[in-house]
Amino acid sequence: MAKEVSPGVLALRKVVDDVHADARKAKAEGKLVGWSSSKFPCELAAAFDLDVMYPENQAAGIAANRDGEIMCQAAEDLGFDNDICGYARISLAYAAGKRAARKFDPETLEYIIDPNSGKPLKDENGKVIIGEDGKPVKDPKTQQPYTVLVDIHEIEALPDGALKDKYWESIKPYRQMRIPQPDFVLCCNNICNCMTKWYENIARMCNIPLIMIDIPYNNTVEVHDSNVAYVRAQFDAAIKQLEELTGKKFDEKKFEQACANANRTASAWLRVCDYLQYKPAPYSGFDLFNHMADIVTARAKVQAAEAFELLEKDLEIAIKEGTTTTPFPEKYRVMFEGIPCWPKLPDLFKPLKANGVNVTAVVYAPAFGFVYEDLDGMARAYYKAPNSVCIEQGVDWREGICRDNKVDGVLVHYNRSCKPWSGYMAEMQRRFTADLGIPCAGFDGDQADPRNFNAAQYETRVQGLVEAMEQNAMNKEG
Amino acid sequence: MSIETMMKEFQAIAYNPNKQLADFKAQGKKVIGVLPYYAPEELVYAAGMVPMGMWGSNNKTISRAKEYCATFYCTIAQLALEMLLDGTMDQLDGVITPTICDTLRPMSQNFRVAIGDKIPTIFLAHPQNRFASWGLQFCIDQYTNVRKMLDQISGHEMTDEDIRNAIKVYNASRAARREFVKLANDHCDVVTPTLRSAVLKASYFMLKDEYTAKLVALNEELKKLPVCDWKGVKVVTSGIIVDNPKLLAIFEENNIAIAADDVAHESRSFRVDAAEDGDPMMALAKQFADVDYEVLLYDPKSSENRRGEFVANMVKESGAQGLILFMQQFCDPEEMEYPYLKKALDAEGIPHIKLGVDQQMRDFGQASTAIQAFADVL
Repeated sequence: MAKEVSPGVLALRKVVDDVHADARKAKAEGKLVGWSSSKFPCELAAAFDLDVMYPENQAAGIAANRDGEIMCQAAEDLGFDNDICGYARISLAYAAGKRAARKFDPETLEYIIDPNSGKPLKDENGKVIIGEDGKPVKDPKTQQPYTVLVDIHEIEALPDGALKDKYWESIKPYRQMRIPQPDFVLCCNNICNCMTKWYENIARMCNIPLIMIDIPYNNTVEVHDSNVAYVRAQFDAAIKQLEELTGKKFDEKKFEQACANANRTASAWLRVCDYLQYKPAPYSGFDLFNHMADIVTARAKVQAAEAFELLEKDLEIAIKEGTTTTPFPEKYRVMFEGIPCWPKLPDLFKPLKANGVNVTAVVYAPAFGFVYEDLDGMARAYYKAPNSVCIEQGVDWREGICRDNKVDGVLVHYNRSCKPWSGYMAEMQRRFTADLGIPCAGFDGDQADPRNFNAAQYETRVQGLVEAMEQNAMNKEG
Repeated sequence: MSIETMMKEFQAIAYNPNKQLADFKAQGKKVIGVLPYYAPEELVYAAGMVPMGMWGSNNKTISRAKEYCATFYCTIAQLALEMLLDGTMDQLDGVITPTICDTLRPMSQNFRVAIGDKIPTIFLAHPQNRFASWGLQFCIDQYTNVRKMLDQISGHEMTDEDIRNAIKVYNASRAARREFVKLANDHCDVVTPTLRSAVLKASYFMLKDEYTAKLVALNEELKKLPVCDWKGVKVVTSGIIVDNPKLLAIFEENNIAIAADDVAHESRSFRVDAAEDGDPMMALAKQFADVDYEVLLYDPKSSENRRGEFVANMVKESGAQGLILFMQQFCDPEEMEYPYLKKALDAEGIPHIKLGVDQQMRDFGQASTAIQAFADVL
């Protein structure tokens, strides 16, 4: 079907573009710009009108733009081991001043095109043109310069002039490679403890303050009052630190508004996620991955709430008209467990499409559904991040969306970058099969480092899952 | 008793934790397994039970634990799970499962699920924001949960006085170990790296009062010896655990002595004492808050390179010529702190090497070549 982008999706794209543009503008005007972990309570920074960027979202974007490997390697050259989370490596390389850039000739200042880049050139009938060497001819319009690594500190040290300007220009132009350097960092380790050391490293590299909200791992489904008291006290401490940082008083009204917006966004997000319950689904879970940038970077903004509400309306129409953005007929429905392999989205999608497998459930639905009524509720909500909850809560969330979204199987990403997430998946897989009677298949991959993904293994695992789902369906019919 | 005999006794204990466990059980004692890191062992002692450290194994192979773990997890945690699954730990009366790193977080769930009703697990989540009153209070709340569960297992309630007494016993033990580490440097001709490790490792498998009495006796004998005129080289070791006899033998083969250590299983675990008066639960929480220069813990002065400088200083003060970092495979916290440790060492002109290790390693040929080459340049 034609790729028609709905008004809601367009609005969501604009929200994220605006967040980045605002941060760049703030930096240019000499205002403070912070970097924050994705599940730090953004409501606190919003109360101070602070512009904040999100390294996890940035790293995902850099990886999806195929620069994950060069940035990961840059971090490794700084001494960070290749076992460390790919997001952290990309972010640490970026914080150190490393950037993926387009190669150019320093004499002529012309970009040097990589002959292997670009899409095949097609004739007027849409047929790929084959060159004299028997290989497809590349469309010159789609060809790109070689990617090289540059260092902003080295560029800054160059004498002013055309060469320096060209270096600045050569930095890849997409928004995630252009976010401003941080003036402070906001760290909440509810999703992992790697976050703690990652942000400490940024603070050290950039010599900037770090505001830390520690949310220890929880072994029970309920969040005890003691845990709430600890997190509440940290909210108060963070507010004091932000007051010192900004020289402003905490604005309660702005905070309340940010909370109201965040709740509204989270609720709309959850309702959008719920549209995956329809059979066939009006969109694919892969589309939800695309909207994560909004829920991460803008959930305390009213524009994000409005954009998700607009998307809801689009989906309502899609249901009425029986349309879907999934570009194939939905034969099977699965839950995709884990963070996607951002550098390999086309490889992830290919065997799913070939087998009519639609992703109708992703764990990110509950993961960002922070809905609360008061400050204690807010502390409880932030206590329930995907990797801070016990196995019973984790299984309950997933089995809930598997049931509601009527999945036939589960595809589990054993993510080399995420030890806390992958660490209890084997037991979860056993429980999904025992409790729901559905097959599960696991594959090895990585959220940002393409070197840790093997397309052949993935395809085999998807094939195995499809066969098991087929057998399950036959058994049910029989 | 000769110094060598005394150290061999520690070695026999360090290498045979199974026998220790069986002996304690034969004496009618209850035994609690204690996983890394920072569990308040004092509470186990105060409950009249025996805490035994569970820091993996150099002799086991991961097999059953594979049903719970992907390959990219620290072998210490995987082998601890292996031993809970293969029957090695069946005699334990409980296991404390701290969750300060990203492997231990989900592993706390695997431990609990895998051993089911067989052995109770005692969950522990430490606070990272541990300094202010509310951080201390959260730590006390967590320790109180541990205390209550230990009471259930022991069958009686420990008193504050029991805990105060345990703190005294543990402070004495920590002091003795700190002194031993210094003496081992002065007498590195007698206290070889292998024996040094064994003496410290034995502390994980003995009741601390008995251990301390033996160690104080050893220290007294060591003090009588003249400070050795060491002709070889001296290094500081760094990492999570450095206890493999085959690895340590390489030090001896190359005349390398250990002047001091920045090892989690060794000195990092006994740097800080707890107050012996006042509320003992607060004393334990404060002790945890005072733990510093740690790869696993939040440092509010993170824009400075305090840990790197601390370790570099340790190398200088101990008289070592370099540092050998044993990088535990898949250990994010150690890996995350390496670039700034390197920076601090480089700034002081201290040579170092980084060697990847895990507890499944059986062939140390590469390590041997690297250590030998390093000793040659020092």
